[in-house]
Amino acid sequence: MGFSLEGVGLTHANGFRALRGIDLRIAPGERVALIGASGAGKTTLLRVLAASLRPGEGRVTLLDGEPWACAPAALRRLRARIGLVHQSPPIPPRQRVVTAVLAGRLGQWPLWKCLASLVLPVDPDGARAALARLDLAERLYERCDRLSGGQLQRVALARVLYQQPDLLLADEPVSAMDPALSELTISLLNEEATRRGVTLVASLHAVDLALRHFPRVVGVKEGAILFDLPAAQVSDALLRELYAAEGGLPLTGGLRAPEPAETAGELPPLRCA
Amino acid sequence: MSTAVRDPAALPRLGWTLAALVLLWPLLRLTDFHPVALFEAGNLTAMGNFLAGFLPPETSPDFLSLLGKATVETLAMATAGIALSILLAVPLGLVLTRSLSIARLGPGRRGWIGQSLRAVARALLAVLRGVPELVWALLFVRVFGLGAAAGVLALGITYGGMLGKVYGEILESTDARPARALLEAGSGRLAALCYGLLPNAASELVSYTVYRWECAVRASVVMGFVGAGGLGQLMDQSMKMLNGGEAASILVTFLVLVVAADGLSELLRRRLA
Repeated sequence: MGFSLEGVGLTHANGFRALRGIDLRIAPGERVALIGASGAGKTTLLRVLAASLRPGEGRVTLLDGEPWACAPAALRRLRARIGLVHQSPPIPPRQRVVTAVLAGRLGQWPLWKCLASLVLPVDPDGARAALARLDLAERLYERCDRLSGGQLQRVALARVLYQQPDLLLADEPVSAMDPALSELTISLLNEEATRRGVTLVASLHAVDLALRHFPRVVGVKEGAILFDLPAAQVSDALLRELYAAEGGLPLTGGLRAPEPAETAGELPPLRCA
Repeated sequence: MSTAVRDPAALPRLGWTLAALVLLWPLLRLTDFHPVALFEAGNLTAMGNFLAGFLPPETSPDFLSLLGKATVETLAMATAGIALSILLAVPLGLVLTRSLSIARLGPGRRGWIGQSLRAVARALLAVLRGVPELVWALLFVRVFGLGAAAGVLALGITYGGMLGKVYGEILESTDARPARALLEAGSGRLAALCYGLLPNAASELVSYTVYRWECAVRASVVMGFVGAGGLGQLMDQSMKMLNGGEAASILVTFLVLVVAADGLSELLRRRLA
């Protein structure tokens, strides 16, 4: 239930070359952190892994299937087994927390169950259990526009926990949380992946979180993989190279300081070349 | 220095405004639009005499019971017409909505199927609303004979075309990210609509539908002239008999209905907000 990318390259419709020559093979049950500067291509890479962006070059194999060679129905079933936590939670503000969490299983439920759940939530206990792990159980019937940014991010995480995907992807899952909560949340994601034996790939701005919680760390720079090493072997020199701005300007401030968050809500264009 | 602070959008804005005015002028000339004529002494008295003929409104019990019956008929015709138009508009509007397209993710294969389906739906909607309801009514009168059935069908078809177009446009201008995220997690189109688009779009859809219902009440006047019954037919009779008082009572009824529709729309919007 892992995945492999071979020579994957992707150019967005606006001509921006987001990924080039990505070779990445991740075994089932591995836990990997993606790090790199803003705009390095981490989000695009995760979206390729989520079978939502089709690369222009190279071969993608996800969960032992080739998404872009599948028939539409098979691709849909494959997508239902992949859970992506988005950087800015894509949850309508007027939706209730319980509905937002239960939406995690829309890909697995028949249509009548999806529609019935809008009238009366079909599995409030399941949603509550997922929220309880993120300490939000008491907000079950509240509307999402009453939550803070960090709480909304945790609701999005609860949705993916409820989905129980075989491939768990997270794009900056803790960008709106304080350090203590970030620590807890990243631990929870790792614990969930280990317990269910599923693959976890998370992009993170906080390098220290990545190095402490993930056995394997992949550095992405300008759309290519700069290094792919066990966490213990990631040296300060490599990190300095990873975050060095173009033109060789020295990095100001501490290396392990959190990076400024990428523009919230920015999505790559829908089409790729 | 002054070129650096000048707004680059200022000149095009001025240009477009001038172009709009230049285009408007010949159109006003073409329609012989001379608002000054409204305030010439002879014209004012002529209008005054015409309006004075409407006073006082007719309030005899016989006429009021006739008016009540016609109002119920009109409401029934407008409501049945709108119900029919919703049946037409919902599927066509959904087909138009690009944010519910699964083939656009990636983009995947067979995108041309969806594109040609959308083009067909767009053309169909244009035909439905492009032919005025009066022409549809004249056509159906030949099938159903004089009566409300022709009016209901004519309203349903024309308004189905309008509602379908606007439903599709409202759904497209709603934040597409929640629905896209659900589709990417393997959800079906209808589930993605209900969980991703409707929470944000519902109040807009409802208020436009109620507004169209209000329009249908007024349009049923025109239907009355081809014998479809209701307030229209009553109005037709009163005008032909030059009975201004009756016409005034009918107009007051219209006003009450419009205000009631406004109140209903406001109530529904507040409930859905």
